[in-house]
Amino acid sequence: MFYNHHFAVLIIVIPMFLALLTPIISLLKMEFAWYMAMLSATASFLISMSILYHILSTGDVILYHLGGWLPPIGIEYRIDCLNGFVLVVITFIALISTIYAKQSVAIEIKAEKTPAFYTVFMLFLLGLYGMIVTNDVFNLYVFLEITSLTGYALVAMGSDKRSLMASFNYLILGTIGATFILIGVGYLYMITGTLNMIDMSRLLVKYYDSNVMFTAFAFIITGLMLKVALYPLHFWLPSAYTYAPSAVSAVMAATSTKVAAYVMIRLFFTVFHIKIISQYIPVAEIVMIIASISVLMGSILAISQTDIKRMLAYSSIGQIGYIVLGATVLHSAALTGGILHILNHALMKCGLFFVAGSIFYKLGTTRINDLRNLSRIMPLQAGAFTLLALSMIGIPLTGGFVTKWYLIEGSILSGDWYLVPVILLSSLLTVIYFGRVINLMYFSDNSSHNNIKPIKAPLGMVVPTIIITFLSILFGIFATVPVEIASKAAIEIMGGSHW
Amino acid sequence: MSVFFIYFSRQNPNLREFWTILASIIKFLIIVSMIPVILSGKTIECSLFSVFPGLDLSFRVDGLGIFFAITASFLWILTSFYSIGYVRSLKEHAQTRYFICFAISLSSTIGVAFSANLFTMYIFYEILTLSTYPLVGHEETKEALRGAKIYLVYLLGTSIAFLLPAIIATYIFTGSLEFTNGGIFYEFWQQSDSNVLISILFVLFILGITKSAIMPLHSWLPNAMVAPTPVSALLHAVAVVKTGVFVVIRVVLDIFGIEVLSATGLGIYLAYFASITIIVASIVALRQDNIKARLAYSTISQLSYIIVGVSLLTPAAIKGSILHIIIHAFSKITLFFWAGAILVGYGKKYVSELSGVGRKMPFSMAAFTLGALSLIGLPPFAGLVSKMFFLTGAYQAGQIPIMVIYAASSFLNAAYFIPIIYIAYFKDLPEGTSPAFKEAPALMLTPMIITAIGTIILFFVPYLLLQLLKYGV
Amino acid sequence: MMIEFIAGKYNYWMASVLMMIGFYAIISKHNLIKKIIGINIFQTSVFLFYISIAKISGGTAPIIWEEATKYDNPLPHVLILTAIVVSVSTTAVALALVIKIYKSFGSIEEDEIRSMSVEETANRAAK
Repeated sequence: MFYNHHFAVLIIVIPMFLALLTPIISLLKMEFAWYMAMLSATASFLISMSILYHILSTGDVILYHLGGWLPPIGIEYRIDCLNGFVLVVITFIALISTIYAKQSVAIEIKAEKTPAFYTVFMLFLLGLYGMIVTNDVFNLYVFLEITSLTGYALVAMGSDKRSLMASFNYLILGTIGATFILIGVGYLYMITGTLNMIDMSRLLVKYYDSNVMFTAFAFIITGLMLKVALYPLHFWLPSAYTYAPSAVSAVMAATSTKVAAYVMIRLFFTVFHIKIISQYIPVAEIVMIIASISVLMGSILAISQTDIKRMLAYSSIGQIGYIVLGATVLHSAALTGGILHILNHALMKCGLFFVAGSIFYKLGTTRINDLRNLSRIMPLQAGAFTLLALSMIGIPLTGGFVTKWYLIEGSILSGDWYLVPVILLSSLLTVIYFGRVINLMYFSDNSSHNNIKPIKAPLGMVVPTIIITFLSILFGIFATVPVEIASKAAIEIMGGSHW
Repeated sequence: MSVFFIYFSRQNPNLREFWTILASIIKFLIIVSMIPVILSGKTIECSLFSVFPGLDLSFRVDGLGIFFAITASFLWILTSFYSIGYVRSLKEHAQTRYFICFAISLSSTIGVAFSANLFTMYIFYEILTLSTYPLVGHEETKEALRGAKIYLVYLLGTSIAFLLPAIIATYIFTGSLEFTNGGIFYEFWQQSDSNVLISILFVLFILGITKSAIMPLHSWLPNAMVAPTPVSALLHAVAVVKTGVFVVIRVVLDIFGIEVLSATGLGIYLAYFASITIIVASIVALRQDNIKARLAYSTISQLSYIIVGVSLLTPAAIKGSILHIIIHAFSKITLFFWAGAILVGYGKKYVSELSGVGRKMPFSMAAFTLGALSLIGLPPFAGLVSKMFFLTGAYQAGQIPIMVIYAASSFLNAAYFIPIIYIAYFKDLPEGTSPAFKEAPALMLTPMIITAIGTIILFFVPYLLLQLLKYGV
Repeated sequence: MMIEFIAGKYNYWMASVLMMIGFYAIISKHNLIKKIIGINIFQTSVFLFYISIAKISGGTAPIIWEEATKYDNPLPHVLILTAIVVSVSTTAVALALVIKIYKSFGSIEEDEIRSMSVEETANRAAK
């Protein structure tokens, strides 16, 4: 596949230019904004596929120095197996949501604001790409803030006025989180004198038993936990996802928390060498416990919800816990599971929010009680929802099962038996809250079976939903490729040995 | 495959049923064609693909599997005819969904029968749960939905909570999931110091295979009786529950292995644990007035016969278990067909209402009598054959109490079946009911009679079955 | 020893005190504008902290000058410039949100807005 060394930076530059050009071009015609977004998303997807292919086939790590300045002076982008994989996932979600967004946004956002929406959307995605490829901690902070700021704006564009308050809360909490990360980065800079992640990991070695490093670690982890929305620090997420426009909920649920989780993995292993520092203060166990609580609480809170988007939001909190759990168990099988879950959950949640969006588009509501008999009104959406729900539960032959298998295998092999009931319990809780919705959709008490005619959502929204559902099942049946990439990434990042 | 045909022909009822029948017959024929190969001692294997490294979706047809598959597919043919009659008489709704789910359920049952490893089996096990769920809740009434929910919670919950970790742990400790003669735990057991790990895994497996309805995880079965009768007949007398015990047999024989289980004493524990079910379920059955509930508890009891048999770990007992799969299937399905006939032709659901039915519906009652006598274990009915094997096996294992339990439960069986026969034949019809001869529709009657006769035939022709078994065990 | 501990590290103390003031403002004040001010204080404390660690005793401004022996570290200054930009943008977005909230809800007190939201949810549910 065609590969150019500069792709690593083009993945940032192209969307940036297109995003900045969009407001100007849409002065000509509003619809052009969507085309620009499509162009940007397609270009980034192709670039990321090419990058991943290059990495897998040649086996090296891509190092790109911005402006030719060598580290530790210059900013460096570093793409290895893990990055490349996550990048492909995120760009794919970006592409497919942009396709979806065309009609979804047309109904939820006023026409004259559409160019602004797409510009901010592209910048949001840009921030995500940046977070993934960068190897410099301060650069990470900058891209994180780009993502967050555009995220606040996107959430605020929802059609419900409560989205404004949701966005404001998100802003406050997100800023606190980002500032904590900044403090942590400051401490790290103080003791190592460098901002480059690889350099820093070398230099941190002699500080492993010092308080400074643990303080830095604590600040950064707290900030990241807030971005990842792990249980006690998740308060911004439900409202933000519920009131945001549907396409935005889909993208944010599938990407921003995942990328933050990826950053966590990257920092744990590459910068902090968590296995070693856990010998001084058991940070891995602490985060593991928090992640387990998050996994359970996410599912428990999802059960009592009356709005489907809010239910999916709480479900996301639980699912992200899996990824963090995979990272803290400190075994390559569990980490493989966590990385795989980045892929699988992105697909599943994106698809579920697509369905919710289609329902909102046609029926104007997102309350669960209004979903009665959906199997007759919108059979395609109901079917997609059921298949995606099965994947979330972890039925074999779906993507979710593969993740669960690896997580459980990793937990048993590393001796953390007690995680197995946690993972299984949350699967069962997932059955409960999805089962409730599916029951309503298919098996409601109804008198007239024949009077309801099916309504179809527009093609632009149906096709992405089908594609995602298909992929989710595909990666459950033919999981070899993602599993190999994920385990390669896991082993690489853990330093080349099964721990 | 038939699913697609059924779906596309949903507008035309005749066509849809045609596909069902055709599919069931083809399936049966395909399976029958595999018999000669098995008899000659070989097995057929087919590995489809790897889902991910280490886990393949692969199939293997051996004696045990084909045994189960023949039972299931043959009875599906009969049940399809029966279903058509039942569903048409009661003018049920959502018939398309019904037939589609039926087809998927049967395919998953065959999938379980032909699995070559635990993973493939788990896949089809779950698909079976999911595809029978809409069938249980078919009526869409409050009770039906409640029953379906309990069904799903029990089956899916235990399989995710217990069976899945057991499978994963097995993979981790033994490195494989393949069904092999003699079990894959042998090396592991020799190397490990304590039996605790193996015992825990064994318990997890047994708890996770809730489809075998061992008490205390049996409640789903009586609750699932809200399903339409053909569903109860095929699925809960044959496909779902027999899948459960089949999986138990597979796990005992081909995963853990006879040596490991007898050396660790786990076999005996399971035998005694399941014997409790045999007795308790029979006692509960005595008190049930609802026909289907009584049959459900009878099924629970009979399933534990099979489990006790296989856990005795002697050749005779194991043979008895496998034989009982088919014998109980035929007998019980006759009884459930009868229950449906009573519902359709006479409109009654309770034993106490059955006075004098023998006169009104002589063919149905005759079929019932044959099936019941078979289950009680009288000659010349097939039930005697399996009982003899069980008793011999228990004796071989030196477990006299188990023999007593088997005998006692035969008496209990009689206690809950004979009253029905008595009331039906020797009591008078309630006042106001016409003694006119009004049977269930022919489509329902014929399969019932066929299965009833089957119980007699099986008594006389166990030879073929034993041949198959030689290569299965 | 204690005096040295407190006085010698006064930049840390300042930063912590400011951070707590900012944090307190965010959490306990109901007025949205005050929350934004709280965020600003909070972030400013971090900036001060960073810059304070850039100072090297005996160092001078990082411009090349013949009589200089040591220079202060310019890197944190640069980083903080970036961070200040981020902070300003965040404040801008926050203020824009507050304006819109005021237009929609008619109030910028958080508790009032919350009760209006709850009403709104109840109204929607009843429909």
